[in-house]
Amino acid sequence: MTSNARHRRNLLIALSFLLPNFLGFLIFTLGPVVFTFGAAFTNWDLQGIEPLRWVGLFNFATLVSDDRFWIYLVNTVYFLLGMPFAIAGSLAVAVLLSTKIRGLVVYRTLLYLPSVTSGVAVMLLWKVLYNPDFGPINHLIETFLSWLGFENAKGPTWLLSTQNLFALAVERLGFDSSQFGLGAREAIILMGLWGAVGGGNMLLYLAALTNVPRELQEAAELDGATRWQNFRNVTWPQLAPTTFFIVVMGFIGGLQGGFEQARVMTGGGPAGTTTTLAYYIYNKAFTEFQMGYASAVALVLFALIFAVTLINWKFGNKELNY
Amino acid sequence: MAAENVKGERARKFAAHVTLWVLAALSLLPFFWMVLTSFKPLAEVESPNPFPTEWHPENYRLVFEQVPFGRYYFNSVFIAAWCTFLVVLTSSMAAYAFSRLQWPGRDHVFRLYLATMMIPGLVTTIPNFSLMVRLHLLDSYQGLIIPAAFSAFGTFMLRQFMLSIHPALDESAEVDGARPWQIFWDIILPLARPGLVTLAIFTFMGNYGSLFWPLIMVKSEALRTLPIGMMYFDSQYGRQTNVLMAASVMNIVPLVVLFVVGQRFFVKGIMLGSVKG
Repeated sequence: MTSNARHRRNLLIALSFLLPNFLGFLIFTLGPVVFTFGAAFTNWDLQGIEPLRWVGLFNFATLVSDDRFWIYLVNTVYFLLGMPFAIAGSLAVAVLLSTKIRGLVVYRTLLYLPSVTSGVAVMLLWKVLYNPDFGPINHLIETFLSWLGFENAKGPTWLLSTQNLFALAVERLGFDSSQFGLGAREAIILMGLWGAVGGGNMLLYLAALTNVPRELQEAAELDGATRWQNFRNVTWPQLAPTTFFIVVMGFIGGLQGGFEQARVMTGGGPAGTTTTLAYYIYNKAFTEFQMGYASAVALVLFALIFAVTLINWKFGNKELNY
Repeated sequence: MAAENVKGERARKFAAHVTLWVLAALSLLPFFWMVLTSFKPLAEVESPNPFPTEWHPENYRLVFEQVPFGRYYFNSVFIAAWCTFLVVLTSSMAAYAFSRLQWPGRDHVFRLYLATMMIPGLVTTIPNFSLMVRLHLLDSYQGLIIPAAFSAFGTFMLRQFMLSIHPALDESAEVDGARPWQIFWDIILPLARPGLVTLAIFTFMGNYGSLFWPLIMVKSEALRTLPIGMMYFDSQYGRQTNVLMAASVMNIVPLVVLFVVGQRFFVKGIMLGSVKG
């Protein structure tokens, strides 16, 4: 067999293994992405009120002057605030577990359970837990407050409240001091922390921690470093690639998140305070059937994720050379 | 000095155990509350006492009487099982082509695959929905299964796994006259089994709990999956918190079992998913 014929044969074999997956990739990923790029420039509407035509940048111009788009973008970013706490929590748990502690598997299993079971059933559970009148969370808070001497103090109304820790105004961009407090957004973030701290990121840190060379830490100990200095100057830099991966994936997932919580727990409310861009796209496309406009919002979200990932990459690579 | 060190070490260990127990309790409390509430009579669901005064296991039977819960169960398991089978098959074949076969342009195509993992699902959802409408697959098992039968993540993960298998193995098989398909099936797949199991667990769990795609695809009652059925149940009978919690318990039990059985694969699988190739 000549070498050319052999090359061709190898290519054919490889292609036949690749084909099923590649077809699916073309039909359900690459094709749709190209299609969305086109659809965003049309007035495509499933109710078919107007005939389909190109509208140029009309959807994007609408979007820029669409107050709700900006408010929901702020909501989406607000939910990202849980991320640093989730990462710090995961790292802390992983550090505790990495000290050759007894019962590692038991702790790991129990702490991982919330993230295995996330989904509609668990969100419905949290909806009941947060019930301001008979939910156990407010029962605990109110019992504690009355023990402190505040007799008839009430807990927050959680998923029913537009209040938030940044005093963001309702249904407009800006601030409003009467909105300061704990509300639906905090409730969803806290639930997210419950599900994330012991989850996949903790396992990633745990695996990375076992790969930190013992000699480095021992050398630092001999030099008289305290435990904190040892962690800060030896362990943390060694964890940089893992942290980088977690942050990149956190942004990618977080920016397109919030759909399930909004659909299952709040309907995006109260007053749109838990509507994220993902839920907005869903509503535009599948309850209002404005496919063209929804495609434009989806593209903007895509661009946002792309930009944030590039920034992460630039910033993160500096850290990695450290 | 040495004795002090041992003492300090012991105190630290103790503090670590206490912290971990508190965290484990926080993780589990919502589940305890859910299970206890699922056994309460309706009159007690608003009572601050988390324990039922009388136990009502028939709440679990009520779930099946009020909604076709068995049907939801079957649909979710059936769809998730098919997706899992197809994802593992298509991903392992592609991973084999990306890791064990030599062909021009291989790594460029692979990089294209990797880049698509950054595309938000929302960008592909609208065209895929429209495609399903055109193919008359709206409201059908095929429409729920086929778009979820391919995974860039799975390909990536299994490629990492297969790269770690020694190359001499397929070379010697080739010298013995084995066909590529035989090498894939008889040598590589058995050696990649931990990776296949990990991917299978992830895929099953993901599709079992999937909400977005079924929500826009399913119109008829007979095709409702568990997440859709749970939402319907909540909107119709949400006041019966005890029965709702019984349904939630039954919803998550398969996930907990699958996790406990397959958890020794988890750490390895999650690690492999993160290593950049």
